[in-house]
Amino acid sequence: MSDGGIFDEMHGATGQLRRPYAAFKTWFDAEAPKRLRAKQREAEDLFRLTGITFNVYGRAEAEERLIPFDIVPRIISAREWQKLCRGIEQRVRALNAFLHDIYHRQEIVRAGRLPVEMVAKNDAFLPQMIGVEPPGGIYTHIVGIDLVRTGDDSFYVLEDNARTPSGVSYMLENRETMLQMFPELFSLNRVAPVETYPADLRRSLAASAPPDSSGTPTVAVLTPGIYNSAYFEHAFLADKMGVELVEGQDLRVVDGRVAMRTTLGYQPVDVLYRRVDDGFLDPLNFNPDSALGVPGIMDVYRAGRITIANAPGTGIADDKAIYSYIPEIVEFYTGERPILENVPTWRCSEPDSLAYVLDNLENLVVKEVHGSGGYGMLIGPAASRKDLAEFRRKLRARPTNYIAQPTLALSTVPIFTRSGLAPRHVDLRPFVLVSPDGVKITPGGLTRVALKKGSLVVNSSQGGGTKDTWVLED
Amino acid sequence: MLGKTANGLYWMYRYLERAENTARLIETGQRIALTRSGNGDADWEPVMQTAGVAGGYHAAHDSVSKEAAIDWMLRSRDNASSVLCSIDAARQNARLVRTALTHEVWEAINGCYMDVRRVLARKLGERDLTPALKSLRQRTALVRGATHGTMLRNDIFNFCRIGTFLERADSTARILDVKYYVLLPSVASVGSSIDNVQWETILRSVSAMGGFRMVHGNRVTPPEIARFLILDRRMPRSLNFCVSKIRDNLGYLAQDYGARLPSHDIVDGLAARLMANEIDEILELGLHEYIEEVLAALGEAGRQIEIDYRFAE
Repeated sequence: MSDGGIFDEMHGATGQLRRPYAAFKTWFDAEAPKRLRAKQREAEDLFRLTGITFNVYGRAEAEERLIPFDIVPRIISAREWQKLCRGIEQRVRALNAFLHDIYHRQEIVRAGRLPVEMVAKNDAFLPQMIGVEPPGGIYTHIVGIDLVRTGDDSFYVLEDNARTPSGVSYMLENRETMLQMFPELFSLNRVAPVETYPADLRRSLAASAPPDSSGTPTVAVLTPGIYNSAYFEHAFLADKMGVELVEGQDLRVVDGRVAMRTTLGYQPVDVLYRRVDDGFLDPLNFNPDSALGVPGIMDVYRAGRITIANAPGTGIADDKAIYSYIPEIVEFYTGERPILENVPTWRCSEPDSLAYVLDNLENLVVKEVHGSGGYGMLIGPAASRKDLAEFRRKLRARPTNYIAQPTLALSTVPIFTRSGLAPRHVDLRPFVLVSPDGVKITPGGLTRVALKKGSLVVNSSQGGGTKDTWVLED
Repeated sequence: MLGKTANGLYWMYRYLERAENTARLIETGQRIALTRSGNGDADWEPVMQTAGVAGGYHAAHDSVSKEAAIDWMLRSRDNASSVLCSIDAARQNARLVRTALTHEVWEAINGCYMDVRRVLARKLGERDLTPALKSLRQRTALVRGATHGTMLRNDIFNFCRIGTFLERADSTARILDVKYYVLLPSVASVGSSIDNVQWETILRSVSAMGGFRMVHGNRVTPPEIARFLILDRRMPRSLNFCVSKIRDNLGYLAQDYGARLPSHDIVDGLAARLMANEIDEILELGLHEYIEEVLAALGEAGRQIEIDYRFAE
């Protein structure tokens, strides 16, 4: 089932069934395709009724769309997962250390390991955070590390999401759907649970509360509102954590604290899990036109009287230009070799790299340094001559705005189609929680899958789907 | 609990109740039009008046036709109180307060929304109207059932109930406001078929045909209908019933929060009045004036509740 050296996670490179999939495959082969097709439809109905939908940006009608769900799980062995965990933990510790350093003494720049212009000229660097001590000392509390796989033992970090990683609600609902539809699969396999995530999240946020908050810290989720593409997830997480879901207009600064307007008056909030971008967080300190934020919240934050998760300014750590320095960053702060490798990356800001990228554009993936969601990227092998010419112009005009990477032979996992199992490319976003109590990684994560044959684009905004992701327990 | 959440719950249940009431009026209009001779189109003017949507209709149409009136009340996007818009708004509010709802209630309202959008996607022919309205009734009943069966009896529940009963009281009062003249003893030529139809319309508009018959048999008189709809405490759409419920729910909130607020006084006053009045008294003072006063008090109560519980900044 492998072609052109692409690693299939079910069938390996040689076409032989891999161990983690053994029990699943036996079950699958005994199932009537007709029943499975009916189950696939049932899954869609479940998602629609629960309202697990997202709004697509740039569409006239604000229709809610489903992210397609595939019933074939992506299965990871306990051994594979343990190694990934070590690498992920090392990486998020380094990211937090880097963030603290970059907003304080900038030792890494002084040591000559990171060029000063990577900080000074970087839009993701937030001068308002210089010298600020976040409560609990954590900058990025909720992290998503995007991984891709190219072989039996080779995983790469494609990007870090240190600002507001999304998708965790899909991880949870995908599992819930599989449990409802195929309970027997969970008797045949020992799958590590993911259901504890919301409780872990709440515990982790509470542990990061300002030291002077008395009793049980009050946690709230800040959403831009119901028209935001990820609103479902914001409501979902608030609901599962049992905390309030607030918008900017529900909050104001009262007596030096951030407080929410309740039916009984204003009540202080200790920890705000914000799903609003930095620029909109505080119209007094950032974008003055923002109606999504809370005027003055940054002043409360600087006074150490509220925890904002993730901290403002964490974007400097997941910026795509900084990404290429992460191996150095890991070594600098942990004193260890990075366990997880980066994808080789050309920084177009460097003249030699730019020349290489321009010469080899048809073989490369080019990304905007500050982009996300698969918007504004070029996939060389799939691009038309016109697209390539346009990107050459863009690259020459603003080289610092881009990085380039080789098109990796991403691994595949089969999806269930009309004609049976068919391999499709996948990536993986494990979710990581960081608090003063430690690092917690939920076993599995969100597997995104490109539904089109041969396609490498897994983003939901570009027609990708998702799968339940299993980590097997030994 | 956030003020915004109280606001969302209150409006979610108001809109849900409004959708149901409008659907009931359409059903009544349809039934009356089918069971009497004469001009079917003209019957729809008073139906739209009782639903409070006649003004908007005339701004958008030159004349009244049955087909256009039904479409206006059922699925027009230009009529904010149409069934379709009301269900949309109820569900939009439900999304806003999703964390306050149980999973069952959310699924019920979301299922209701999906079903209504499917059923009302196109203009309905005469044959499709009855099943569409029936399905709507079942869907909204499911939301109410899930609410009763799964929600905690706390402040969340109280705001749901206050929204429901304010809308319902408002609807019953409006029906009486438009139709009061039919119930005046002076013009009642007892036994004439026209009046029988009018009275039946009123009772059907509040789903009270069966209930009324159970209490009064087949002896239908205008003062009894007026009494039933205004004062009867057993009748779940009477003004007295609805206002008592609002008073009770505000009372629970006062206990829960340990605070009596100005809205409580407004509602207590109205409830006391409805308890004390006799129908003869009301008719003597003027049915129309009485209803107008009740409507004004309901409006004032609604506005004060929004202020008291900080629905908005």
